[in-house]
Amino acid sequence: MFNKDIIVEIFKEIAKTMDENKALLTELDAAIGDADHGINMTKGFTAVKNKLESIAEEDCSAILKTVAMTFISTTGGASGPLFGTAFLKASSSVVGKDALSNDDLLLLFESAIKGIQMRGKAQKGEKTMLDSLIPAYDAMKKSLDIGDSLIDALNKAEIAALEGVEFTKTIIATKGRASYLSERSIGHQDPGATSCYLILKTINNVLKNRESLVE
Amino acid sequence: MIGIVIVSHSSKIADGVVELCSQMAHKNLKIIPAGGTKDGAIGTDSIKISEAIIKADEGDGVLILVDLGSAILNTEMALDFLHDTIKKRAIIADAPIVEGSIAATVQASISNSIEEVKLAAEEVNGFKKIN
Ligand SMILES: Nc1ncnc2c1ncn2[C@@H]1O[C@H](COP(=O)(O)OP(=O)(O)OP(=O)(O)O)[C@@H](O)[C@H]1O
Ligand SMILES: [Mg+2]
Repeated sequence: MFNKDIIVEIFKEIAKTMDENKALLTELDAAIGDADHGINMTKGFTAVKNKLESIAEEDCSAILKTVAMTFISTTGGASGPLFGTAFLKASSSVVGKDALSNDDLLLLFESAIKGIQMRGKAQKGEKTMLDSLIPAYDAMKKSLDIGDSLIDALNKAEIAALEGVEFTKTIIATKGRASYLSERSIGHQDPGATSCYLILKTINNVLKNRESLVE
Repeated sequence: MIGIVIVSHSSKIADGVVELCSQMAHKNLKIIPAGGTKDGAIGTDSIKISEAIIKADEGDGVLILVDLGSAILNTEMALDFLHDTIKKRAIIADAPIVEGSIAATVQASISNSIEEVKLAAEEVNGFKKIN
């Protein structure tokens, strides 16, 4: 089981990760966008972190909803509505729960991805965050389906996400600002795919460190 | 009357487009800017946009002109936040922000049909500037 305390801790750690990778994400965005992705992510997740104290007592769904609204109201770029919608959809997939089973986590992850697709109307292969998230979800599902532990499944998801990030270097951006560069976007990795990989990696690390809490 | 909302990453662009359109607008036409983020940075802000839509709405409909990327995502998000009755009559125009806003202003000054105003804005997609 995945306790709601872990969710709160995960968001704290994500804020830290984004802060540490602010320069990297901004540099990636400078190459094919407007050099603000690191700023957007740090701004959004720092605001989330500052909100966490006041919501730690709520259920998983309410926590995620506050995360969504905080992200939406602080983040000015495409990542605001995209992550915001992802967290909103994730929130409505776990209503009333204080702890999440592996099936709940899969549903939450799938709902988040659907939220991003609903908002951004992108598919896999358009050089966006979906190029790390969708392979990660597929790997996680496949792994849990064959009976792996959650830690193993998340490890596989992290690896798949990183492969997805590498894949974005080989394709043309057809969504978002980078699409204005058309074939000149080839050779550069997508900032959003990178931040999603970093988020998955952070979740994974939190779980590894707290393995005792995961039955 | 139809209301018009101008969404841009830059508050200067949004304010400037409003200024430009006002010269050609009926005196009662509401043209509301929603530019930049609430902390004054470059970007778009769904909350600011939904407030602008409410301000522009007089019951006949609101046409929203947007610039790039997240301007569209955040406007769609803003529409999701609004009450169904406003949401139904607020539409995003698929048109360039400056020319589209001017065309919409001219049409909204003589027509109360949101479809007609939207069409006028989108017709500029076919215009050639240099012949
Ligand atoms: N339609 C979309 N669907 C999914 N992801 C997208 C879409 N558009 C952009 N992205 C992701 O968002 C990332 C860029 O996020 P960022 O926070 O830098 O916003 P931005 O593109 O600067 O926003 P803006 O449109 O305001 O300039 C990209 O790297 C890409 O992964
Ligand atoms: Mg950017």
